[in-house]
Amino acid sequence: MPRYLVQRLLQAVFVLWAAFTTSFVVLYLLPGDPVSIMASGGGDTNDVSPEQIAELKRVYGFDKPLVEQYGDRLWHALRGDFGISVQSGDPVTRLIAGQLPATLQLTSAALLLATVVGAGVALAATYTRRRWLRQALLSLPALGVSAPTFWVGLILVQLVSFRWGLLPAIGNEGFRSLILPAVTLAVPTSAVIAQVFARSLRAALAEPYVETALAKGASRRRVHFGHALRNAAIPPLTVAGMLVGNLLAGSVIVETVFSRTGVGRVTATAVTAQDLPVVQGLVVFGALAFVLANLAVDLIVPLLDPRITGAAATAVTR
Amino acid sequence: MSRGRAAARFWLRRPGLVAAVAVLALALLAAFFPGLFTGRDPLSGVPAERLRGPSLHHLFGTDQLGRDLFSRVVHGAALSLKATSLAVAVGLVAGSALGLAAGYVGGLLDDALMRIADVLLAIPSLLLSLALVTALGFGTVKVAVAVGVTSVAGFARIMRAEVLRVREATYVEAARSSGSRPLAVLLRHVLPNASGPVLVYAAVEFGTVVLAVSALSFLGYGAEPPAPEWGSLVSGGRDYLATAWWLTTLPGLTIAATVLAAGRVSRALDGEAKEASR
Repeated sequence: MPRYLVQRLLQAVFVLWAAFTTSFVVLYLLPGDPVSIMASGGGDTNDVSPEQIAELKRVYGFDKPLVEQYGDRLWHALRGDFGISVQSGDPVTRLIAGQLPATLQLTSAALLLATVVGAGVALAATYTRRRWLRQALLSLPALGVSAPTFWVGLILVQLVSFRWGLLPAIGNEGFRSLILPAVTLAVPTSAVIAQVFARSLRAALAEPYVETALAKGASRRRVHFGHALRNAAIPPLTVAGMLVGNLLAGSVIVETVFSRTGVGRVTATAVTAQDLPVVQGLVVFGALAFVLANLAVDLIVPLLDPRITGAAATAVTR
Repeated sequence: MSRGRAAARFWLRRPGLVAAVAVLALALLAAFFPGLFTGRDPLSGVPAERLRGPSLHHLFGTDQLGRDLFSRVVHGAALSLKATSLAVAVGLVAGSALGLAAGYVGGLLDDALMRIADVLLAIPSLLLSLALVTALGFGTVKVAVAVGVTSVAGFARIMRAEVLRVREATYVEAARSSGSRPLAVLLRHVLPNASGPVLVYAAVEFGTVVLAVSALSFLGYGAEPPAPEWGSLVSGGRDYLATAWWLTTLPGLTIAATVLAAGRVSRALDGEAKEASR
């Protein structure tokens, strides 16, 4: 295994550990009294008996010293055990894993759509010779990142589902119910990809090799879609890797808007009920998704540009 | 060319920027002086005027309790934009302090702080703020603090980079060698000269934070129901999507317009104004 890969893996493990520790500090140290938060389930603390609190303390290990609590949780987390949901009594890991397929479907559809649309906008904006068209295309990303995701979703439901009756407004049964949520989730992502890609395309088109290729008689289209495209692909790719975490976070909103089941819905419910173990599992899961996406990008980038050997790959965006 | 004419040309050439400044100014005015825009009570409705569409009488229509939606959006600006300002302030102050310390002290402290910043950037910010809200509890101020904490890492990074740049400047060297105490050098020479890009970043963050705050409010972690917040206003209209389009569309449009305007203004601060003043 190449050395940069080992380095990347070690970094990934460090980030996961740190995410675990951050979530431990936020969820179990910050509130002062995590037990009564969990016992109240987001409601009033008064209707919880002292016996129940004592029982919770024992089950979740809050009667032990902090260092020991941290060690215990970390040890269990290392084996994929994030404890038990206060709300449902299910193991956190199984709860997340069970909902994962639905969310993976949503996020990968959104990522695919965002890549196609974002790349299309950037390519068209840099290729066209019509000034107004270029201006119009380049102003789209600013609109895309400014519109609140939940609002975009509701507007789509209002128009496409209620007014035109084309697609189902809620649920996750079948491909048709996936379209609107995926489009909603893709809007901000495609905007960022378009922005980054347009910038890197413009930089690539200013390189001397473009002029050389044109001088040697290559067509403008060939230079644009052959040479420049490939050379400009790395920044949007690294950004797409970083956006995977945002897609996952965005699923919290999109799944709520469209009443879909999935990891996002689990998150919203867990936060509302102040289900600390579930929220901790989700934070670590979010970091895991981020880390895996970036590892994947680190593996792909050297294939696109042999001059880059992993170590420099992430330097492009930093 | 005179300065005044140069300025006039700068603005005339950018009608979009003029509109953005106007939108942002109106939103901020509404946040601090809602009485300027509407005399109607955002909390009590007229039952006879339930679910009326937008008209001259009710610019944004009325909701299911007959409350004037425009008044609710205007008063919502107070909660949402004050929460945004608080969140940006938290990120700005805490992030700048950490970045200043990391850049100026250097060494082990720098390494440790920047590793922590890396990790905070690796957790999707919405997830991190959700975790903070879980721990802190619900409410506008808690949401603002939670969102603010997620932006600390970004501010810290930029401040650190600026401090590293300024630290080696001749005037800092001069102050140090002429016997100023380190803290005085830091506060009088390094901080003022490093803060420009950090303040621009605060402007850039403003729009992002409006979105984050209203997303948490949409999910129901902000103010308690009768109080209007931009995010919760949009979610309040969810049950009437088929019958009363204005209840979700118009508050959402207000959020989008504010974020778009903030983005345009911050881009101007970042580049064009600097170029033009040269």
